[in-house]
Amino acid sequence: MLKKTALHAEHVRLGARLVDFAGWEMPIQYQSQLDEHHAVRAGAGMFDVAHMSAVDLHGPRTREFLRKLLANDVAKLTAPGKALYSCMLREDAGIIDDLIAYFINEDWFRLVVNAGTTEKDLAWISQQAAAFGVSVKYRDDLGIVAVQGPEARDKVIKQLPSELAAAAQAVGVFQAVYAGDWFVGRTGYTGEDGFELMLPHADLVKLWQKLEADGVRACGLGARDTLRLEAGMNLYGQDMDESKHPLESGLGWTIGWDPADRDFIGRTALSALRGKSPQKFVSLVLEGRGVVRAHMKVRFANGAEGETTSGGFAPTMKSSIAFARVDAKAEGACEVEIRGQWVAAKLVKAPFVRNGKVLV
Amino acid sequence: MSNVPAGLKYVKSHEWIKKLADGTVVIGITDHAQNALGDLVFVEVPKVGRKLAANESCAVVESVKAASDVYAPIAGEVTEANGALNNTPEILNSDPYEAGWMWKMKPNNIADVDALLDAAGYQQLIDELN
Repeated sequence: MLKKTALHAEHVRLGARLVDFAGWEMPIQYQSQLDEHHAVRAGAGMFDVAHMSAVDLHGPRTREFLRKLLANDVAKLTAPGKALYSCMLREDAGIIDDLIAYFINEDWFRLVVNAGTTEKDLAWISQQAAAFGVSVKYRDDLGIVAVQGPEARDKVIKQLPSELAAAAQAVGVFQAVYAGDWFVGRTGYTGEDGFELMLPHADLVKLWQKLEADGVRACGLGARDTLRLEAGMNLYGQDMDESKHPLESGLGWTIGWDPADRDFIGRTALSALRGKSPQKFVSLVLEGRGVVRAHMKVRFANGAEGETTSGGFAPTMKSSIAFARVDAKAEGACEVEIRGQWVAAKLVKAPFVRNGKVLV
Repeated sequence: MSNVPAGLKYVKSHEWIKKLADGTVVIGITDHAQNALGDLVFVEVPKVGRKLAANESCAVVESVKAASDVYAPIAGEVTEANGALNNTPEILNSDPYEAGWMWKMKPNNIADVDALLDAAGYQQLIDELN
């Protein structure tokens, strides 16, 4: 029996094609995945991401605990509301999950974790939290909706209670504000401006209906995937998992190496790999015809090899793009094996698209 | 509800085929197929002159989601391919039976067409899939 979010009836009403995603029955698309993608780049789209989970951490030692738990350093979060993207690692540096941590006050941080990993994350976090006296509260009373695109913020602010609206108007990128159980973060997974909102399920449904009436396009997980791929953002379970470490997953930039004496979980194993990872993570654009998908072979003129982890057609670019994990020595022109044919591709620096503009 | 025009013939791998006045046939994928695939972003059609066996995989349609093979409904030689699909694959979504045709061929035996499913037979097939 698949789990359903509070917005399930809305998806059915809007004619969504529903699929099993990490045990949840979720919309892959409504009428057209391409139209949904373009709506986010040009206007405003919204995504039901209520299958993802908010986890609240409380206690005077919460910051100290997160400096141990996370590979990025929450010491960077000095202003209340600031958010940080981080990996949560095993002792051997395998990635348990990637998440966003919000600093609300010294007694309260909020994590947002992936749907498919929620159960194991809660177990791991609780196990580590005990020594710090930090309480772990799974906020399954809240749902999450992402509203993204150049018009997204204006559309959302119109629907917020006046005090929260003023705060949301003023909030900076990667920062959040809240009032009661309504939480508004200027974050996302599309490469566009916008908000991710966490609020009680009944309020979430009402907000969704008002946004839909105001022309915000309902978008499925299909468009979410092409948008995040263009934005150069990794997907847990596809681009990385517990068998991979951040340095071979394009996530070296998220590691808080300084200060050197911060003893986060996985640091010892990761330090031994620093500068010595046998594989690296690259982004590529297909130059020949076809569509690159995940798990296709990649080869380079210098003999280096690898495999794509995510790939697809990039609607904003009208070409095919991919991420690949390849030998560390790989460089220059490369080819991807698509259905038995080697097709030329070139390495580029992600992101491919940001704020509606093609960057590569 | 998928559109299944009368007067065409169909195969269970979701291609349609139509006899033309000059003795050749024209082939494409059905409305049901394009709808199941989703937005098409890349189409590869067989080269003119290629000789195809019945049920031979000879073309590819790729949507935002996945790649699918397209099969020759009957044996024959390709006489023309729809070049418009190179740059506007979306016409296969919007008009699968007219503008979105894929290739034409000269059949080895035109009578092979008659043995394929008619519209009612194909409709029954897709009803069973739903």
